[in-house]
Amino acid sequence: MRRLILMASTALVAACSVQAEEPVAFTGAEIHPVAGDPIEEGVLLLDGDTITEVGAVNEVRVPEDAEVIDVSGKVIIPGLVDTHSHIADVAGGDGADALHPGTRALDAIDVRSDSARRAWAGGITTANVMPGSGHLMSGQTAYVKLRPDARVIDDWLFCDNPTEDVCGGMKMANGTNPIRDSQPFPGTRAKAAEQVRSLFAEAEAYREQREGDDPPSRDLAKEALLQVLDGERTVHHHTHRHDDILTVLRLADEFGYEPVLHHVSEAWKVPEEIAEAGVAASIIMIDTPGGKLEAVNLLWDNAPALEEAGVDTAFHTDDLVTDSRVFLRSAGLGVRAGMSEAGALEALTLAGARMMGLEDRVGSLEPGKDADFVVLDGPPLAAYTRVLETWVEGEQVFDRDDPEQREWATGGTSVFGPGTGAHGHGEQQ
Amino acid sequence: MNRKLAMIPVLALLVAGSATAQTVIEAERIYTMAGDPIQDGVIVLEDGRIAEVGPADQVGIPEEADTYQAEVATPGLIDARTSVGLAGMYNVEHDRDELDTTDPIQASLRALDAYNAREGLVKWLRDLGVTTVHTGPAPGALVSGQSLIARTTGDTVDQAHIKDPHGVIFSLGPGVSQHFESPGTRPKGAEMLRQALSDAQAHAENRGDGGRVDLGQEVLADVVEGKTPAIFHANTAVDIMTALRLGEEFGLDLVLAGAADAHKLIDEIAEADVPVLLHPTMIRPAGETANAAFDTAMKLEEAGIPFAITGGYEGYVPRARVVLFEAGVAAANGLGREAALASVTREPARILGLDDRLGSIESGKEANLVLYTGDPFEYVTQVCEVFIEGRLVSEDCQ
Repeated sequence: MRRLILMASTALVAACSVQAEEPVAFTGAEIHPVAGDPIEEGVLLLDGDTITEVGAVNEVRVPEDAEVIDVSGKVIIPGLVDTHSHIADVAGGDGADALHPGTRALDAIDVRSDSARRAWAGGITTANVMPGSGHLMSGQTAYVKLRPDARVIDDWLFCDNPTEDVCGGMKMANGTNPIRDSQPFPGTRAKAAEQVRSLFAEAEAYREQREGDDPPSRDLAKEALLQVLDGERTVHHHTHRHDDILTVLRLADEFGYEPVLHHVSEAWKVPEEIAEAGVAASIIMIDTPGGKLEAVNLLWDNAPALEEAGVDTAFHTDDLVTDSRVFLRSAGLGVRAGMSEAGALEALTLAGARMMGLEDRVGSLEPGKDADFVVLDGPPLAAYTRVLETWVEGEQVFDRDDPEQREWATGGTSVFGPGTGAHGHGEQQ
Repeated sequence: MNRKLAMIPVLALLVAGSATAQTVIEAERIYTMAGDPIQDGVIVLEDGRIAEVGPADQVGIPEEADTYQAEVATPGLIDARTSVGLAGMYNVEHDRDELDTTDPIQASLRALDAYNAREGLVKWLRDLGVTTVHTGPAPGALVSGQSLIARTTGDTVDQAHIKDPHGVIFSLGPGVSQHFESPGTRPKGAEMLRQALSDAQAHAENRGDGGRVDLGQEVLADVVEGKTPAIFHANTAVDIMTALRLGEEFGLDLVLAGAADAHKLIDEIAEADVPVLLHPTMIRPAGETANAAFDTAMKLEEAGIPFAITGGYEGYVPRARVVLFEAGVAAANGLGREAALASVTREPARILGLDDRLGSIESGKEANLVLYTGDPFEYVTQVCEVFIEGRLVSEDCQ
């Protein structure tokens, strides 16, 4: 207990140092801003929670009152953006229906969950925390900034008002995960598509009624669907097989919304079709294909195939399918398969930010953006490289030199608490 | 594309046809796992074995030989505990043969009778440098059956077969109770095992008395006589201690498997002088393996406890883990490159009792070799050629 109190007071001190007006300059590191070429010996200048300048040491003028932190020999990259994560005990809809557009992930997320430690230790600062894929539509996702010392969900959200604002996307799934033995769940792929089409058609009808003389009472589910149809809420669509991918594209085209494809195991079979549709893809890198029928063709080749086709491509952890602590590995495997290094680093950061509509705030190191970054002890995609520090909005959230926090990276006794790793998918990916 | 595909079988035939010819491998760096790495080294393969290895200026290079060049060469990788070949890639009823749950104690089940040599995951592992697997039933029953050591080539289990049975697979902990009404608790499981091992001792004393042969008793009798290793899956500290206790009580040739909490019991494991088939480094830190740590391998190494990093068993994704990657994460978490390489080559060969044939690049050993485009553990390094007993079995870089 005493230790806890001490920790809290240290956190306060850290928070205070940020509140102080003086700017902070990280100098001497190799900086990968992602927006722009790498800088061999650079300066990252922060003012509070915001980046004010990024450039070479001989180009950036460090203010006289700045606190200078020498990070020579180290490497700085933007805070990683995980477009598909199940940390923090997230949940969505239940077994009462196959489609739950009104259900919100933010009503389940526990910001004090130990699983956030994995994300921090892996350099992840922004995440799309989603309910699982056991439903055609399992609910609204939450875009979160993994700020330190969060007490309530509001402390993590990007939106200002969780009751009024759009605070995330909409999770959908097709293929075998949402298929079950009895109604209201679909028994086949065709039925699944039909249920989705019916729902969106009902939403369109609801809009007409709402604008008519005798408006219906407020329907929260339909309101959320209209946000999707109006382009205010992005559909994050779990899909594996190539024909399921095409079904996602077909339905999105019919109703005029923009989905982001997730997992996309057989993307390598239809990269041109995905590119043609102008749809982004968030892919997962698994060490071996299979584990279920839909994923037997899940290949690392997805990364270069999508890049070559010109598809905006991101990686995700699907934590705990892959572990947030080794998220950098995904990009390494992408390069192994033939993706460019620059493309792979963008796929961990800025590309994911674009998929969540947060590219003005996160995903790259540029003046005016949130001061979210990671300090590494080597090249970003090298196997021996370790995350030394993770910073969110100018505050340090992970420090490998701290013996207790070091265990967040390595694991150990009770680091992730009992019950961590509840995947939130039912037992499905 | 079609032409390229069509040519591959032809090439394979040619290679197979020339298996008796000599093969020469020139590598910038050879990790022999028997002494320091060799810079600018040469390996000469002859009749499926390593004829010679050494620096290029000290090895007699035959004139007519197939020559391969690589940045790095290592011994073929050994996965010292997996269920590959039994636990299929599709993970459906048709290919899920890793665990029979009709009875909690079934020592008579043989991996030999379930191993599918043509399983896609066997090829996947082979293409990533795994040349030898110690595979068998999954954990999840008190005794789930006998294990098999196989090479990752061959169209049939007979062609793949190296040794059978190698060991008997035991499991402790709540994972067992998920599959059976009884044991429902740890003490009940321990009691059931003690009774079975006690019965096996009695059986061992009266072997050959005639009467009906009890296949399971025969197998367990070999276990209590120390002829067959007892491979105990135990992850929590409580379960590891139970395994050590049973090992001592019955004089077992005990091997720990999984062992997520091993970092809490370094002294006890060292004292018991028991090798560890350690869980894959990236196993999910949840449930029985909640305390699994990336640096447990380093701690075992520091304590001098013999261990191998294994692919383990996975009920879902990734269905078979790749020891190359699992050892790589351990390498970066304090174990270091060479100890990590040893944990998937020399050390598993020793633990499996195959170190006279496998696990290092030395004259006379079987020519199981992996050629890489760089540091084996770098994510961006590709595995190119893989040789098993002198035969080129994979050449698509990945």
